[in-house]
Amino acid sequence: MQKRKVIFQEDLCKGCELCKIACPRGIIKMADYINTMGYHPAQLSEPEKCSGCLSCALMCPDVVIRVERGGVA
Amino acid sequence: MAVVFERPKSLKETKFHYCPGCHHGIIHRLVAEVIDELKLQEKTIAILPVGCAVLGYEYFDVDCIEAAHGRAPAVATGVKRCRPETFVFTYQGDGDLASIGTAEIIHAAARGENISVIYVNNAIYGMTGGQMAPTTLLGQKTTTSPQGRKAELTGYPLRVCEMLATLQGVTYLERTSVHDPKHVRKTKKAIKEAFQVQLAGKGFALVEVLSACPTNWRMSPERALDFVKNQMINYYPLGVFKSLEEVE
Repeated sequence: MQKRKVIFQEDLCKGCELCKIACPRGIIKMADYINTMGYHPAQLSEPEKCSGCLSCALMCPDVVIRVERGGVA
Repeated sequence: MAVVFERPKSLKETKFHYCPGCHHGIIHRLVAEVIDELKLQEKTIAILPVGCAVLGYEYFDVDCIEAAHGRAPAVATGVKRCRPETFVFTYQGDGDLASIGTAEIIHAAARGENISVIYVNNAIYGMTGGQMAPTTLLGQKTTTSPQGRKAELTGYPLRVCEMLATLQGVTYLERTSVHDPKHVRKTKKAIKEAFQVQLAGKGFALVEVLSACPTNWRMSPERALDFVKNQMINYYPLGVFKSLEEVE
């Protein structure tokens, strides 16, 4: 299986949850701490379940998310 | 590891000033992605509006001109006619394009100017704090229509695509939305199509993007998505109103 890596730049996140709503597997959750802007940033709760479908990255209005693909798990 | 999604090159590293859940950020990113894909960064001149996107020059890493309120199509006309080798697009909101700038957009379209227009319709005046716009839906509450917009008092919302579709000078017209990933992909395709019309010298192209303004709609970003999906699309149907094939 291909490896997928979804990286959240937490300090850009405004906690709008659009990525959380878009995730078809429901594995994005909001952190219980706040970032430098005072928002609860989004993060992956179960990275191993991520299919790398890009839905979160497409919906993110603040370009927080970067997705990498490749290698063998 | 191969990068499959990252910040486009034509978008600066600057943090957006937009409110949480505002769709301007998505649309900015799509425009920048298309500029990158068509390798237009070096020859692009962006004409920015008055409205929330007024600070677009802080975000787009291309040459930018700030137009007076509503006058972006007129400025774009001048730039494109003087420098036909450049790629010129305007990025305007509904308060800019469909209200104070109605005359400019209609006549730029009627003349068939070889420019591209990105029209972001969120049915409200965002920057000034949520007043009623010409595109505000009937019954929608704003600070200047606290009981909801009434047709007897303020008439009906303006459908820009339908109006411009009657003009012969227009080459490409499409209305899209960015309320889910599928529609985000469609919007990117529409923007690319519109930009290619200009590159081929085929005339005026406009993409209307339905967008949410959670702050001024007084909604959570999630409810704002539902509002776009269930209310706005009802009144502003999505689709291609005019395409290159039709014109030729």
